[in-house]
Amino acid sequence: MEFFIQQTINGLTLGGIYALIALGYTMVYGIIQLINFAHGEFFAAGGYLGVILLSFLVSRGYLETHPWLCLGGSLVLAMAYCAALAMAVEKVAYKPLRFASRLSVLLSALGMSIFLQNGLMLTQGVYDKPYPSIFSHGNIEFGNITVSYLQIIILVATVSLLVLLNILVFKTRIGKAMRATAQDKVMTSLLGISSNRIISITFAIGAALAAAAGIMVGLYYGSVRYDMGFVPGIKAFAAAVLGGIGNITGAMLGGLIIGMVEIYGAGYISGQYKDVFAFIILIGVLYFRPTGIMGENIDDTRI
Amino acid sequence: MPNQPILELKNVSSGYGSIDALKGVSLKVFPGEIVTMIGANGAGKTTTLMTICGIVPIKAGEIYYDGKPIHGCEPDTLAPKGLCQVPEGRRIFPRLKVEDNLEMGAFFRKDRQNMEKDMDHVFDLFPVLKERRKQLGGTLSGGEQQMLAIGRALMSKPRLLLLDEPSLGLAPLIVKRIFEIIHEINHREKTTILLVEQNANIALQSASRGYVLETGIIIMSDDAGALLQNPKIRKAYLGE
Repeated sequence: MEFFIQQTINGLTLGGIYALIALGYTMVYGIIQLINFAHGEFFAAGGYLGVILLSFLVSRGYLETHPWLCLGGSLVLAMAYCAALAMAVEKVAYKPLRFASRLSVLLSALGMSIFLQNGLMLTQGVYDKPYPSIFSHGNIEFGNITVSYLQIIILVATVSLLVLLNILVFKTRIGKAMRATAQDKVMTSLLGISSNRIISITFAIGAALAAAAGIMVGLYYGSVRYDMGFVPGIKAFAAAVLGGIGNITGAMLGGLIIGMVEIYGAGYISGQYKDVFAFIILIGVLYFRPTGIMGENIDDTRI
Repeated sequence: MPNQPILELKNVSSGYGSIDALKGVSLKVFPGEIVTMIGANGAGKTTTLMTICGIVPIKAGEIYYDGKPIHGCEPDTLAPKGLCQVPEGRRIFPRLKVEDNLEMGAFFRKDRQNMEKDMDHVFDLFPVLKERRKQLGGTLSGGEQQMLAIGRALMSKPRLLLLDEPSLGLAPLIVKRIFEIIHEINHREKTTILLVEQNANIALQSASRGYVLETGIIIMSDDAGALLQNPKIRKAYLGE
């Protein structure tokens, strides 16, 4: 039982991270029906900017004196950087293809993914970059169950971001405009809402969430690598499909499920097959229920 | 009647792909008028409105709004200039609440403090929308959706409102109510209206002038009263 609870906590931590990445896939799909295969690279870019900023702060000694401020600041900066990067990518690689076939845009996304990943490799090198370990010390123990401070940080940050996103999408004017654009682009343009602007904002929000996830993964696993975006990117894509692509609540739910299944699978079946479980789910969903958990419900949680 | 038309089309041709749905359409709408364009299914009425709004690309000709050319403008730049359309099929946002649908009509406006007031005004015109304000747009009936679509357009404070088949698929009593509201909007708020209709009878009764469109060409234009009396029109469009 204790083992189960321990795994559940680990699964929630990982699942929350997948959920953050999955939201970017689902929101972009909701608006322009594109699987943005370059999305995982925003996650990697965020992880890298985090390590660059935190290492710089360590070298200046600020991290020792103001750890929370440094972490928060790095998080915000990395999110802003990836938001800008995503807007640039959209402008260069997707916007010119707005009226082209969906396959062209998909190929452009794949190309962008390779381009960004190689860019990261050329500028940052092929070796792992270690994260400062200041946040990985300390934990709380309940009997045999251990929750590290880091897990608590990640869980709190993830939940806050998910709540913020929900408020943004369902309560604010710009969020409503995003959903309206996803539902009928011709109509929103007749009402004076610029689709291009809304699409750009959607990419920015999705990439900012992925960047936050990148930093969390860097902190959690202790290092980042130039190709770190690939596997989590595909798993988060599986999460978005599981939840019903285009559905925001679905992406959150899908992320949690994939994270939990992966951790339970690793814990109860075999750690070596850890990566297999997400893809078994992906294949299963595509085979038995292609619309995902929440895809067919006509409710207002679709974007 | 003022001399400068609020909307003028000069020899407009447009269409999808290689087929021209409009073959040189010219028309004028003056401020304060209700002008109607009648025609059969497939005559090009909806294409005309969508070309004015920049959704269907124009191939030849010119469109002037307020004396300035708007052909080639991005569609989303027109609503802020006061040109708004209630399109065919109403196109309300089905998964947005009624009040959020209305809010989208005012999205580009900067004067947000007046928005509440304007929403109350829409609720005065269509009390049923107030009852349903928290419901999703997709759960409304056809008539209610038409009211919502008109209300949403009014939230943009249009000076020229393009209406595409507001009577389509609605019960006669509701059609009557919608046209009363159209009159009220025109009368009280001085909103100019270009009304496209298949229901020639009610359209010509509401409008001051009318154009008759047939396979992409304007074949006749006259005062609405004269068109209503015209034997050819009565035969072709009023079922006599």
